[in-house]
Amino acid sequence: MSTTFWIILAGAVATYLTRVGGHLVISRFENIHPRVEAGLNAVPAAVLTTLVAPELLHAGPAEWAALAVTALVSLRGGLMAMFLAGAAVLILARQFVG
Amino acid sequence: MVAEAISEGSAKSDFWDGVRLSMPVVVASAPFAVLFGALAVDNGFSVLEAFLMSATIYGGASQMVGIELFGQHVAPWLIVLSIFAVNFRHVLYSAGIGRRIAHWPLLQQAVGYFILTDPQFAIAEARAESGRPVGFVWYLGLGLPVYLFWVIESALGALFGKMIPDTHALGIDFLLPIYFLGLVLGFRKRPLWAPVVAASAIASIIAYRTVGSPWHVSIGAVAGILLAVILPPHHSGVGKRP
Repeated sequence: MSTTFWIILAGAVATYLTRVGGHLVISRFENIHPRVEAGLNAVPAAVLTTLVAPELLHAGPAEWAALAVTALVSLRGGLMAMFLAGAAVLILARQFVG
Repeated sequence: MVAEAISEGSAKSDFWDGVRLSMPVVVASAPFAVLFGALAVDNGFSVLEAFLMSATIYGGASQMVGIELFGQHVAPWLIVLSIFAVNFRHVLYSAGIGRRIAHWPLLQQAVGYFILTDPQFAIAEARAESGRPVGFVWYLGLGLPVYLFWVIESALGALFGKMIPDTHALGIDFLLPIYFLGLVLGFRKRPLWAPVVAASAIASIIAYRTVGSPWHVSIGAVAGILLAVILPPHHSGVGKRP
């Protein structure tokens, strides 16, 4: 077996550990403290935000326009509408401002 | 018999309900799967290895980091550690989603955690929040198309990667931030949403500038979560169920 194969396999095991790890730790506790529960409820917004925020550092006009439209559409539409509107604005704006 | 037929019918509709929700994810991740395959071959992977990495790791950003380091001939253990670091945020997803799927049989849970990606977690959380059950069939309907397309498109990218046109003009590099912003906004009715988003955004940007990637994800996430833990429970709405 090649080194590449073992890198992939070890990477897969490490990744699976992250995907079950949090559950294995939390499930050891019988009662979840309200503050821990509040923390868990904050997980989606907290983690997903970190995947967007640093992108703002190198965002130009096209990217800002796309994000603004995505946010506007989110007030009314669903996820698919949001995504398609944002992507359309991005592609269109990049034809002009690169 | 009748009850059986009804439950079978509802399982089927649960599955397709999930499939319907998976479509934006399939669209948003497609360019990255193809791009990953192309870059993997470019960095010295075989087509089979690119396919294998997508099938077993199934985490876009970590795969990109992995092949990038592989191309630079970084030590194997450091590549594996980097993959672990990029994927570390899943520990938080796992802790969060465990509350929703703890009633599944063990084997189903094992499968469920294997396909626990960013959108899988966000969409399942949103469903749990709306008061509907997060069942295995629905969850699989959501995750299976994403997984299959991801693996197949990675292999296609590895085979035909050299034919990719100008990715910048097509906006491919910025599709995921748009999609993730959509997911973040989908949770805006949760208690403490705005302060958590603000804390995570500021902390992740500072960490990105100082500590560097990928640690800004874990640091930013911990900042937002700590804020929710520290603030008095009556702000966080725990205890009163919607």
